[in-house]
Amino acid sequence: MSQYSGYEAIKQAFGLARGEGRAALIPFFTAGYPTLSVLADLIRAAEEAGADLVEIGIPFSDPLADGPVLQRAAGEALAAGVTIDQIFSALSRLPVGAPRIFLTYVNPVLRRGYAGFAHQAADVGMAGAVVPDLPWVESGALSREFDKRQLALVPLVAPTSTSQHLRNISTSKGFIYGVSVTGVTGSRSGIDVGVTNMVQRIKAMTDLPVAIGFGISTPEHARAIGEIADGVIVGSALTEALMAEQGNLAKTAYEFLRPMRKALDHV
Amino acid sequence: MPTMKRVPDASGRFGPFGGRYVPETLIPALDELESAYRRWRMDPEFKAELQEYLRNYVGRPTPLRRADRMSEALGFEVYLKREDLNHTGAHKINNTIGQTLLARRMHKNRIIAETGAGQHGVATATAASLFGLEAEIFMGEEDVRRQALNVYRMKVLGAKVTPVHSGTKTLKDATNEAIRDWVTHVRTTFYVIGSVVGPHPYPMMVRDFQAVIGKEARRQMTSVGGGLPTHVVACIGGGSNGMGIFYPFRNDPVKLVGVEAAGEGIASGRHAASISVGETGVLHGAMSYLLQNEDGQIHPAHSISAGLDYPGVGPEHAYLHHSGRAQYFSVTDSEALDAFHQFAQWEGIIPALESAHAVAWVLRERHDLRKAGARVLINISGRGDKDVDAIFALEQGGSSH
Repeated sequence: MSQYSGYEAIKQAFGLARGEGRAALIPFFTAGYPTLSVLADLIRAAEEAGADLVEIGIPFSDPLADGPVLQRAAGEALAAGVTIDQIFSALSRLPVGAPRIFLTYVNPVLRRGYAGFAHQAADVGMAGAVVPDLPWVESGALSREFDKRQLALVPLVAPTSTSQHLRNISTSKGFIYGVSVTGVTGSRSGIDVGVTNMVQRIKAMTDLPVAIGFGISTPEHARAIGEIADGVIVGSALTEALMAEQGNLAKTAYEFLRPMRKALDHV
Repeated sequence: MPTMKRVPDASGRFGPFGGRYVPETLIPALDELESAYRRWRMDPEFKAELQEYLRNYVGRPTPLRRADRMSEALGFEVYLKREDLNHTGAHKINNTIGQTLLARRMHKNRIIAETGAGQHGVATATAASLFGLEAEIFMGEEDVRRQALNVYRMKVLGAKVTPVHSGTKTLKDATNEAIRDWVTHVRTTFYVIGSVVGPHPYPMMVRDFQAVIGKEARRQMTSVGGGLPTHVVACIGGGSNGMGIFYPFRNDPVKLVGVEAAGEGIASGRHAASISVGETGVLHGAMSYLLQNEDGQIHPAHSISAGLDYPGVGPEHAYLHHSGRAQYFSVTDSEALDAFHQFAQWEGIIPALESAHAVAWVLRERHDLRKAGARVLINISGRGDKDVDAIFALEQGGSSH
């Protein structure tokens, strides 16, 4: 889809969506849930449904930023024995498609070594990573390794973030991951009113695209976020849909994401 | 001997360890906590208030006394710091009173805590009750089952106990859940961490609140013990009783000995000896030593002592190990059980199973210590009342653990 790699591919993907007058759709899948072999089909289905970027979770035993659904998905993936080598191997066999970003925690990355992780991620065509327990103050060493490979270390902004934090991350690469609520991942019934203000505060500091995640569950939420941000990240609700489905998971993913994309098209 | 460098540094580092590995949402809360702590810890009124509660509510200073029969039997001097005599039965309350006083100064009306065996949960519930604050204690489902009496104690004290069903359903998962709750209610809630773990400033703050143990002990050794000890010995799970007694001795010519839980033996893989294994990683907001697999997934800990059953250790202990200032060893479940009985019969004190680990190391090293003419100070961090049911069941052939 894109001849670009790393953060350039992310920039292109957001640019393409912006060119069409809509926010980018960014689904999340836990690698290895329910099996690793289904990951390729899920990613293809997401791309067919109109995903602009795809987030891929490397499961971690102690996911302290995640709510019950993604905890369960990671727990089941690990219980089934998925390893990071297997995940890299599966990703290396995927065709080029929408830019892919890891979501994982710092310990698995540290254990592999920051340089080694960046090298492998670039090798399998990843565009970057989100590491929710690696705040900006601790991110320097990994950020340097990512820069060497043109990978984006996507920073997070929370409703509690200070202006100083917004200044710190304004020169980051890729995009800004805005957390819609003070809380953990998981479906919610509504969108926090503070999101608009947060997006405006970020936009005042940087030209990077802003994608919003945590709690976006329905096409209506996606449309509402699409009106104020450059991207919509959907993880827990999509994973819940997969958990409820015994049969064709790719079809389930497509049918979940297609209306979200349509909602973004009609903002 | 050279004076220890002041740690942590401004970014919360103890050498390569420590730091703040938490979601961005919490960073402003940690900044707020750090500046409140730095302000209030120097405040004369705050200090006087803490002193008053420690003296008249907790029952400090706790005694320090020579262990007469143990010293005769071993052939060298053994002294005991009696943290078991604190209100609620262990050292944990030194810290919960301190943090709760700080929570009040910060106008946070709700406090949360994680607990494993329930000792820190009880100490937090106690402080919350004392000051009329709302308290919610997160506890792994497995621990709720194993420690039913402590769950009841917390409820009697008016706290809400929330069982945690994720992961291994033990202390590490309770800590994850407490952090998740804090992320969600960060504006109104104060998180009372129970050990010298977690993101900066917690390891420093908990150490400082627990350092009252070592300050008293150092003074008492000089008066009743006739001078400094040669060794200070403490059990290490997260490491709060250890840091508390080590810290005031850090610049003295005294060996600091931390005793981890070797569970069923290091080789069995069923243990809690994160320093002895020595693999660096990040858990619960700090870089330290962890039990983990080759992918960085956290490995469940095991110890007969629920208070030592934690797969990490405080970053300052990692630093003391790394710098060589303290030495860390491990003793097995069965060594700790033997020490539990032997100590009770010598001294008329039933120690917590955690503290029995420190005693067990002294018993194991008795020959070398005698030859060296050692004067050993052991921190009896808690009393064993909480453990007698489980030990009784174990010795009847059942298993409650």
